[in-house]
Amino acid sequence: MVEHDMREIDVREIGDRIREMAVEVSWNLGTAERECLRRLSEEEESPLGRKILSAIVSNFEIAAAERRPLCQDTGLAVVFLEIGQNVRLVGGSLLDAVNAGVRTAYRDALLRMSVLNDPLLRANTKDNTPAIVHIEIVPGDRVRILFGAKGGGCENMSRSAMLNPSDGKRGVVEFVTRAVQEASANPCPPVVVGVGLGGTFEKAAILAKKALFRPLGKPNSQLHLADLERELLDSINRTGVGPMGMGGTRTAMAVHVEAFPCHIASLPVAVNLDCHSHRHMEAEI
Amino acid sequence: MAGKRADTADDTIRLRVPFGEEVARSLRAGQHVTLSGTAYAARDAAHKRIVEAVARRERLPVDFRDQLIYYVGPTPARPGEPIGSAGPTTSTRMDDYMEAMLELGIRATMGKGIRSRKVMELQKRYGAVYFQAIGGAGALLARHIKAAEVVAYEDLGAEALRRLELEGFPAIVAVDAHGGDAFAEGQRRYCRL
Ligand code: SF4
Repeated sequence: MVEHDMREIDVREIGDRIREMAVEVSWNLGTAERECLRRLSEEEESPLGRKILSAIVSNFEIAAAERRPLCQDTGLAVVFLEIGQNVRLVGGSLLDAVNAGVRTAYRDALLRMSVLNDPLLRANTKDNTPAIVHIEIVPGDRVRILFGAKGGGCENMSRSAMLNPSDGKRGVVEFVTRAVQEASANPCPPVVVGVGLGGTFEKAAILAKKALFRPLGKPNSQLHLADLERELLDSINRTGVGPMGMGGTRTAMAVHVEAFPCHIASLPVAVNLDCHSHRHMEAEI
Repeated sequence: MAGKRADTADDTIRLRVPFGEEVARSLRAGQHVTLSGTAYAARDAAHKRIVEAVARRERLPVDFRDQLIYYVGPTPARPGEPIGSAGPTTSTRMDDYMEAMLELGIRATMGKGIRSRKVMELQKRYGAVYFQAIGGAGALLARHIKAAEVVAYEDLGAEALRRLELEGFPAIVAVDAHGGDAFAEGQRRYCRL
């Protein structure tokens, strides 16, 4: 392909898609998430846990029927952009367009403004921007947008560690299980567990975040990682944390692991938790 | 299983808020309650303001004696409605304010998630109780809030201090005034590690 075959995409189109997705995820929980929570409300052994899960099911039904936010924490907007290297972006600044989409969505849909200008000065930006944006350049001439609304309660319970290579798979299972157990009720279980393995310190954290965007419960395509996901789900459900931390056999909705090559001396692991209000969508332009 | 289980609907205790020390001490971890009456909404930033006002010996916007504080930062209300989605926020972040708030006379708090050892001890000493509301159930729980009015710190937006009128608001006694902890008890029962 020669250079003049670049496909033009207007950044305002990207902003518009983000605006639509931000509104949609706030009130409409995904089909896979609904099915999963309904199933867990039957499988859960604890009567109190079942009662909590059935309230969670009623909540997403009310939210969808009345088009109101599932949860009052409508989150920080997290956006992954996979931009084809044959795309030429036109129409202004990409980041401005992303933030414009977020700003309009949060204002018009009466979502909560939960973003502060500085971690220490702590003044509210009053429009829920800036979004957290991760950009990847990939082959092709399309733009894939992953949008997530990330609550503070679950984000706060995320953990990372640089394990010893000798800790191996067992060390990973112990670390991830302990992270969910210590998080207890705070991340609003049943949780979705994103695990990033390998890479470097920061790469593991980004992998853990991106793992949350995978279709719920879809196993990793690599067999040893799909096995690890099953083992982790079982181990996490054995903690007894249960729905809203009040005891039970269903603590996680799914575990998604993403891995990347790493240094001979390292075994980085990161755990990013998302709550049962697992709000994410994707679009392609 | 024989006998009546604590989680059947008939065992739900209907409570009027505010309530006094005697009621607080009669509650036990794991009990289901519904709350009706007046309560206050406050989270991180409002707690900070209250505690700073006390330190400066300023008059407080409300009398907190026997009051229930609901840790919540709602979404904006639609026109004609009292409040937007209004589920609980994580209570752990208010643990450090607990002693000062109990000194002001609060009797109960409601949020989601676990509390520190220190909060458990304080609740025993002051005769106070902590309820967990269902996290993430903001659309459902808003139906049990019939009125809401900002009483102070309006500039804090979602974090302003609000007076709420609750009606049949469902919650679970999570930490009682005797050291009972429904999280620890429930998790112990189902832990299979
Ligand atoms: S952890 Fe999730 S469900 Fe719970 S309050 Fe936060 S955003 Fe809502």
